[in-house]
Amino acid sequence: MKLEVNSLCGGYGGKLVLDGVEFTVRSGSIVTLLGANGCGKSTLLKIIGRILKPKSGSVLLDGKAISRIKTGDLARELAILPQLHHASGELSVEELVAFGRFPHRGLMPGATVRDREIIDRSIRMTRLESLRKRPLYTLSGGERQRAWVAMTLAQEPGVLLLDEPTTFLDVCCQFEIIDVVRRLNQQYGVTVVMVLHDLNLAASCSDELILMKNHKIHCAGTPASVITRENLRAVFEIESKITVSEEGIPYCIATGSARGEAL
Amino acid sequence: MSLHSTLRSTSGRLGVCGILLFLLLCAMLVSLRFGSLKLPLEEIVSALWTHEPGIHYQILYNIRLPRILLGALVGGCFALSGAILQGVMRNPLASPGIIGVSAGGGLAGILVMLAFPQFSSLLVPAAFAGALATAVLVYLLAWKRGVSPVRLILAGVAVSAMLGAFSSTVLLFNAEKAGGILDFSIGSLSTRSWPQIRMVWPYMLVGFSGAFFLGNKLNILALGDDVAVGLGMRVEWIRFSLLSVAALLAASAVSVAGLLGFVGLIAPHIVRMLIGSDNRFLLPASALFGGFMVVVCDSLGRMVLEPSELPVGIPMALMGPPFFLWLLRRHSYET
Repeated sequence: MKLEVNSLCGGYGGKLVLDGVEFTVRSGSIVTLLGANGCGKSTLLKIIGRILKPKSGSVLLDGKAISRIKTGDLARELAILPQLHHASGELSVEELVAFGRFPHRGLMPGATVRDREIIDRSIRMTRLESLRKRPLYTLSGGERQRAWVAMTLAQEPGVLLLDEPTTFLDVCCQFEIIDVVRRLNQQYGVTVVMVLHDLNLAASCSDELILMKNHKIHCAGTPASVITRENLRAVFEIESKITVSEEGIPYCIATGSARGEAL
Repeated sequence: MSLHSTLRSTSGRLGVCGILLFLLLCAMLVSLRFGSLKLPLEEIVSALWTHEPGIHYQILYNIRLPRILLGALVGGCFALSGAILQGVMRNPLASPGIIGVSAGGGLAGILVMLAFPQFSSLLVPAAFAGALATAVLVYLLAWKRGVSPVRLILAGVAVSAMLGAFSSTVLLFNAEKAGGILDFSIGSLSTRSWPQIRMVWPYMLVGFSGAFFLGNKLNILALGDDVAVGLGMRVEWIRFSLLSVAALLAASAVSVAGLLGFVGLIAPHIVRMLIGSDNRFLLPASALFGGFMVVVCDSLGRMVLEPSELPVGIPMALMGPPFFLWLLRRHSYET
């Protein structure tokens, strides 16, 4: 599904956290938002996921404004995994994933055959088969995060929004999450918009990167065009060395802070 | 499998619900038997079965049975209301007594009883209006870009204290009329019979059905507002509906039994320690256990000081908390 963001402004109370943000996400692509803390990435994701109302501007899903779509209908097209989520730890993996079927349920309680198939598929895709009956509190951080991702998969979304899905996870667990996202994108054509902090992880898995600075988009484009020394100095205030792999994926090593040099 | 994980499985939880139902029925039967007139079981059965008019039948059918039934219903309402409020507000302190719902219903009820005794048939609707108005007031006071559970409970405690002061003032200035009203502020079931049951059962039925249909939504709400919105739930609307159901349940109970405290706070917690916080099971189990608690306490209140009796609120307040604290110490309980 195609996602368009038009001159979006938004924030909390009187504070403006997003100021005229505009971009388009091609159907079936993976786009990652990058930027320093407080630059508005999470707010942007929340507005796209209609958790937060924008002050002005609009978000279009396949040309239709999401503000005009009923929240229950939208949940069948678009799933969002917020950064902070908590659940009663005694919930089992299977029970958590089953909540993803909520937007597809009619008035009748109970899971249909199709619900069960999708729940099984989501658990399989996140490799949680052997843990499906386990309560969440017995899982490791990476396993628990995969269970949450599985819940959003069970929504069968056309667009998936993930807010820092790999933060607090060890390297291997980070790749497990990214692998799921990639497979979902390749096998089912799901459009993915996510926030990541790891530049190299983002560059290796995204079709497009969006660099944000001071509540605006600084630049956007393919990883190779976005990850440059100038951009990183402007957005993150770091000095860096950048190498490009054989596949054309840029790889950056931060060498120091660029703060204070202007003084 | 350990006892803990057995209790958390679906069959274990259903089993606990079954046991609670059995306990409730046993308590009701025992309560039917004891009192200032002690009857053997066979006589109870034969009197109720044959409808043989006589003093036994009168006592059993018109005094004890309706009072016991009402006790079970009232306990169920308070406990269910408390379980819903604790879920909606994600706060273990929430209960109809603490959040102001009972106080609002109680104040409206007291005003109707004292100022407009001719409209006593409107007692439940008035109490419901009071309870719901309090719930809405608390909800609005706590509103600031959505409702945060912490603000909600603080607003509830504050409003509850104010309404309680109003009620006390009204009672104080009507001390001569307030004989039956002292009962009201402690919580009592004495002299309640079929007319009171006829008055409240439709409201209770609506409340119980609402709780039944919204139980699963409460589970989704527990995942956090952002996740619930992402799953397509109209969070504020569902929260408001749940608050209304909790207000209706508490108001119908307050209308007949007065400001009976502790059940609404304690019963859901005790059940949660046993079977966990899945609301599909927690709600019915809390209702059954709340009914059990009130029936047991009311029976004790009738028995300990025979021939006079204690209003149910007193044994409840004396026995509930120590038992609750004992459980709290024994279990590694985290909310």
